[in-house]
Amino acid sequence: MDIFVQQLINGLVLGSIYALVALGYTMVYGILGLINFAHGDVTMIGALVSATLIQLLHAAGLPVPVSLLLAGGGAVIVCASLGFSIERIAYRPLRNAPRLAPLITAIGVSILIQYSAALIWGKQYIALPAIITPPSIEFAGAQINHLQIAIVILAACIMGGLIWFIHHSRMGRAMRATEQNPAVASLMGVDTHAVIAMTFLLGSAIGAIAGLMVILYYGIGHYFMGFMLGLKAFTAAVLGGIGNVGGAVIGGLLLGIIESLAAGYIEQLSGGLFGSNYRDIFAFLVLILVLLLRPQGLLGQRSGDRA
Amino acid sequence: MLDIQSLQIHYGGIAAVKGINLSIARGEQVALIGANGAGKSSTLNAIAGLLKPHAGQISYNNQDITTLAAHRRVTLGMALVPEGRGIFPRLTVAENLAMGAYCRNDTQVIAQDIQKTFAQFPRLAERRLQLAGTLSGGEQQLLAIARALLSKPQLLLLDEPSMGLAPLMIQTIFEAIKTVAQSGVTLLLVEQNARLALETCSRAYVMESGQIVLADTAQVLLDHPRVRQAYLGEMGEPT
Ligand SMILES: Nc1ncnc2c1ncn2[C@@H]1O[C@H](COP(=O)(O)OP(=O)(O)OP(=O)(O)O)[C@@H](O)[C@H]1O
Ligand SMILES: [Mg+2]
Repeated sequence: MDIFVQQLINGLVLGSIYALVALGYTMVYGILGLINFAHGDVTMIGALVSATLIQLLHAAGLPVPVSLLLAGGGAVIVCASLGFSIERIAYRPLRNAPRLAPLITAIGVSILIQYSAALIWGKQYIALPAIITPPSIEFAGAQINHLQIAIVILAACIMGGLIWFIHHSRMGRAMRATEQNPAVASLMGVDTHAVIAMTFLLGSAIGAIAGLMVILYYGIGHYFMGFMLGLKAFTAAVLGGIGNVGGAVIGGLLLGIIESLAAGYIEQLSGGLFGSNYRDIFAFLVLILVLLLRPQGLLGQRSGDRA
Repeated sequence: MLDIQSLQIHYGGIAAVKGINLSIARGEQVALIGANGAGKSSTLNAIAGLLKPHAGQISYNNQDITTLAAHRRVTLGMALVPEGRGIFPRLTVAENLAMGAYCRNDTQVIAQDIQKTFAQFPRLAERRLQLAGTLSGGEQQLLAIARALLSKPQLLLLDEPSMGLAPLMIQTIFEAIKTVAQSGVTLLLVEQNARLALETCSRAYVMESGQIVLADTAQVLLDHPRVRQAYLGEMGEPT
């Protein structure tokens, strides 16, 4: 088995998921200049809601594709409502407050969601019964299963669709205008509160799909899983240039690939000292390097005027 | 059409506008002139809904709009070209214009109107796919005015359209403004360039430190000693 090709493929799958979550960070940052630390936890809710729905629908005897579709739909509705409510209740009242206030609120919201999830699902791992066993195919000396292919294709469609929406729809144009100058956007007749709410709603819905992917890919979830996933997606967003949608996509894919390749070779490189369970280190190495060498990220132009 | 009663605007505890009255009839062209910091922009921003007045009332077509959100005022036929132009720098020229028509839903007419805009301002047509932030100051001002016109306003509020522009460009801009006025749009023009304002408008208010100190026809004000001395740069040091 070719370890390089294999890890590249694994990295692409992981990176697609990171990219989807990173979009939620970057869209909100772009429009509000706010790092919505609760976004990783919204994704966690998407994963756990999906897990519960898949179990229930499977137990009810529905065919697997139908239950996956319904579970994804359910997760999207729950997360979109959650994202919308977070903005409305926690962030909107702080719109003109000093920058530190919404940031601290974001951390508070994150903790609130985590412990609400712990109350609902308990603190143990939630395991998905092995109801789908996707067949694998052999490709260039590596194994790819159908689930991995589905994740990459679906993620690509969502990212392409979002980029199209932002650049070619009326609402997308209003989002970009609001991001650049909210006061003038309102002079054009844009209800900027509605645009901001829409941004949260979209980012959270995409996060829900990412949550579904995570639970299908790894088979387990946990009330605290949003923390690490969120940090990595945030790193991906910073790597690509936070506020830049294309940057989130590139940053997510790159981070997934770096992490997977590094995890594949770390044992070899460290002479057996570190195993692949140290993989999480690499995301943060990347974060530190980016902040040191190119703080505006790969696609960011403006340096530090908001960060 | 527009009626302002005892308008007061505060920043923190500091009064910038101290209870002014101002009214404009449909089809009029009115100027608001005054020195730096007199409170002209504050007044205009309050009319457009960007600022919440501390006290007073703003009525538009006999409707009290004092607390109406800015984006709702656009649909009532009001448009502000803000000080410093306020173009969206990372949208293209064409996208900026499309934003001007955001409040309308007659999609096909909008496309025609944008074509007309390009016909009227060839400089913008040549640069339609360029990011607006790369335009020159004068081109940005043209864009800002053209964009405001695409909302089909009945009342157009202009905040210092001549600011920072070369004389030739100012001439182009003011020709465009006069064309707009001739088409029946009501105009409230804020200008530091008092001569230009008084030549463009039929009536004017003079504002000093948050208060209106003079209000008369442009003709009378052009000959008014106080105006001549303070704002037209005659018989004293220019401002
Ligand atoms: N955002 C703000 N915060 C605090 N004070 C402000 C603010 N905006 C304006 N002011 C103050 O309010 C007063 C009136 O300002 P305004 O911008 O309305 O004047 P203006 O007549 O438009 O001046 P200019 O000709 O320089 O544009 C000034 O003293 C100004 O310093
Ligand atoms: Mg001003």
